[in-house]
Formats: sequence, structure tokens, C-alpha cells
Amino acid sequence: MAEIPEDEVTAPWWDATRSRQLMVQRCARCGLAQLPPRVLCTGCGSAAPRLEPVTGRGVVDSYTVIHRAPDPAVAVPYTVARVRLAEGPILLTALIDVTEPRCDLPVTLAWRPLPDGRALPVFTTEE
Amino acid sequence: MSVAIVGAAECDLGHTGLSTQHLLAQAVARALDDAGLRVCDVDGIATTGHGRFPATQLADQLGLCPSWTDSTAAGGAVFEMYVARAAQAIEAGQCSVAVIAFASNQRSARSRNIGGGYDAATPEAQFEQPYQPLWPLSYYAMTAQRYLHTYRLDRSDLARVAVAAREHALRNPTAFRHAAGPLTVDEVLAAPMISSPLGALDCCLVTDGGGAIVLTSLDRARHLAKAPVRVLGYGESVTHAAMATPDDLLSTGAAASGARAFARAAVRPEEIDVIQLYDSFTVSVPLGLEQLGFCPPGAGVHWAGVPVNTTGGGLSYCHPGQLGVLLLVEAVRQLRGECGARQVEGAATALVHGTGGIASSHATVVLGVR
Ligand SMILES: [Zn+2]
Repeated sequence: MAEIPEDEVTAPWWDATRSRQLMVQRCARCGLAQLPPRVLCTGCGSAAPRLEPVTGRGVVDSYTVIHRAPDPAVAVPYTVARVRLAEGPILLTALIDVTEPRCDLPVTLAWRPLPDGRALPVFTTEE
Repeated sequence: MSVAIVGAAECDLGHTGLSTQHLLAQAVARALDDAGLRVCDVDGIATTGHGRFPATQLADQLGLCPSWTDSTAAGGAVFEMYVARAAQAIEAGQCSVAVIAFASNQRSARSRNIGGGYDAATPEAQFEQPYQPLWPLSYYAMTAQRYLHTYRLDRSDLARVAVAAREHALRNPTAFRHAAGPLTVDEVLAAPMISSPLGALDCCLVTDGGGAIVLTSLDRARHLAKAPVRVLGYGESVTHAAMATPDDLLSTGAAASGARAFARAAVRPEEIDVIQLYDSFTVSVPLGLEQLGFCPPGAGVHWAGVPVNTTGGGLSYCHPGQLGVLLLVEAVRQLRGECGARQVEGAATALVHGTGGIASSHATVVLGVR
């Protein structure tokens, strides 16, 4: 897979993944938490919401087990999910080592290292 | 509203071996012929899906210098959006005869990619593509999963949507699956799984095809070849680009889009005689019927009301990447009574609902001949 791009808005978020810290943006004016990092708050339009770390707990909003990968080099099946963080925002992610995924399943943060030192947030079942 | 659709046609469908430009010109010529108009009568063009400047290129192809064009890109819903914009342009006097057209040779050209295309400049390339979802399939798969979970249904409830689509296709000689025979729920369930819970037969076809419609003022329409099909109302809603953005997968832009169109048309859902609803995937049909107000949440899989997708839809008729224009073509034909074995008897009011991207864009048009 090609290197995942980043830009000046998202670089601090990606940098935090190097220390395995999952961040969301929190608006100082209206308090909304959002992902992915944006220039403006989607709640009130304020500029530059600050990053803050999250607990890493969430629930599966929905998921899909993919049996035909867009890239033939990727092993199938694998599970892509929408996880709703305890802090509110939803992120697209992968479920790892979840044998029976289901909607509303509680999950917890794990990390998939990337070759460049960054990491992708993925989720697994709570033990 | 004082605008009508006066011409409608498909280009060649299926596996044509033709170029997109060829199919596009064919669609336009046939729709104009249907209307009793000539290419030189056209002064408005709306099209998308080919080249960098689609309307400009089509105008050049036809030898026209239009006074109104639109190449808004919003996926398969955009043709219903074009109806609204063309009606406004005609009412405002910016153009008098507008053609809305689309064509693709994606099957012949083998240009469809199951992963879709991620633009490196978008947030999705950073935050979604790394997880390798199928685009748009995996978004609809997650919607289907949430749908089945919420309403305690199973895959066979969705499979029946594909079965119903095939039944329509058997009555439509131009359908890709016209000669394929009936489909059973077991066959849908046994098809290879692609992105659970959606298997290969829960997904729309990959075919060549396209079509065109012609709009003009109601005054002019009364002097043309066919009975005018009036644009009674339209509405749209654009809700998201990323798979993670919607808070609730089961609340789509169809609700606002449909409500706006019904309000503008002063028509209620129970007054609609035939529905053309973009069936990119099986789940799109029940969820769409619910969101448009035809039935309560979770009841769409048990729909027994007016006919939906009388061509066989994207699932069994034709899916050239963007179905929206063909939904309009079929609605026009139904309202004119031209549909032969699949004709909905006495159909006088039709609803057309287009969806684009990953349920990102929604647009609804209400048409009528009363
Ligand atoms: Zn804010």
C-alpha cells in the first residue's frame, strides 16, 4: 500500500499516533468533538479546534467483512467497521481478532504499525 | 411549475463495444427524435461522467453553442438535480430546450474498480482508504448490517429485493437479465459474499448504457410529438462524503430530499402511482421507501404498494455507473403508457429518486400527466 498522505491540518493527529495516542478535535467554543481533524469546527464554524486524547473505548456502529479486496495483495477476509468513540465521533476503522463482530459490540483501541513509524487506530474486543 | 419532459430515450445498453461519446450522442439523438425536435433546437445541456468538462464536450460533439450548461458532479443522483436546474433555467428564460444526458461504456471498457477511486487530496484518502473498504459497496454493506440488526431481519429479507427486480426485468426486453429467468432467494444467498451482508447478487450490475431526456416549457411542449410529462416538484439533500460522517446510517438524505419534492409538488406519497428508486444495492430499496415516507422504518422489506423499479433497476436491468437518467426515462415512459408488459395501468404520477456516491447525494423528482 502506498504511504498514507497527511497535510498541515492532520499532521499533528498523525504525529500522535507515533506515541500510540488517539486524538479527537475539541472545540473551545461549542465543545463539539470531531474526527477527522478539520480546519473548522463542524458544530459552530470556529477556527482551529484543539486536539485532545480519547479513552480508546467505543462501540461498533456497524461493520462489514470484506471478501474481495480492492488490492489483490491484501489478504481476505478482513473486517472494516464504523466505531463510535465514547467521546462521540465515529471513525472508519478495522476490527482485529473479533471472531463474531456485531453491531453495538463494545470495543477498545489497538494499533496497527505503519512502516514510517505512524500507526493506524484499529479496534478489538475488550478482554 | 411550467416545465415538461418531452423526450426520453435509452442509448444501447449492456455490452455494446461502443465508445462513451458514441453512446452519449445516440442517447441525445433518440431522445430528440422521441420529442420531435432536432439537435439545432437544443440550447441547454447537462451531463457528467466523462472528461474534464462534460457539458462543454457534449456541446462540441453536437456542434452546439448552448446558452445554459450544467456539469455538477454528485454521482448518480445528479440527473434528478439537473431536472431541477433545467426547469429553473427554462422558467428563467436562460434556455428553451434542455437535454440531460449520460452514457458509459464501463462494461466494454472494463473500467470499473471495486475499490473505487480515492483522490489523494481528500481526507478520506488519509482516514478511510488505509482500511481498504470497497467504495461504495462497503458503505452500503454497513448500512445493510445496521438495517438488519436494528429491525431484526436477515439476509433473505434483502434478497427478496433482488428477486423482485428480476421479476420486473423478465417483463422488460431491454433488461440485461431479461432472458436470465427468475431468481430465487436461495440463489441470492448462495452468491459469492463480497462485503457482508451483501453478496454478488445484492449488488447492481456493471453494464454499458445511458440515456437522455429533453425538457422545455409546457407551452412549447403542447405542440410537440408526445404528451408532455410535467415536472411537478423536486428536492435534494447532500449529506456526507466520508463513510464515518453520518451519525445514523439509517437516516439518509432521502428524507429531506423527498419531503422537499413532495412539498413543492403538493403531492403526498400515497398519490404516487409508480416509483423509480435508485437500487445500487438491495438495501437501498427498503431504506429508500422508508426515508421517502412511503412506509414506516423497517417496513420497506415488506413493501406491497405501487410498483418500484419497473425496468428491473440497477440490479437486473442496467447499471452504467450512474443510473439516475434511466430512472427518469422509465418514469416518463410509464406516465405515457409506453411500457407494454411492464406498464403500470393508469399511472399518472411518478416519483423518481436518485442517490449518488455512498448515499452522499439525494435528489427527488415528482412527475405527472394529470
Ligand atoms: Zn464549535
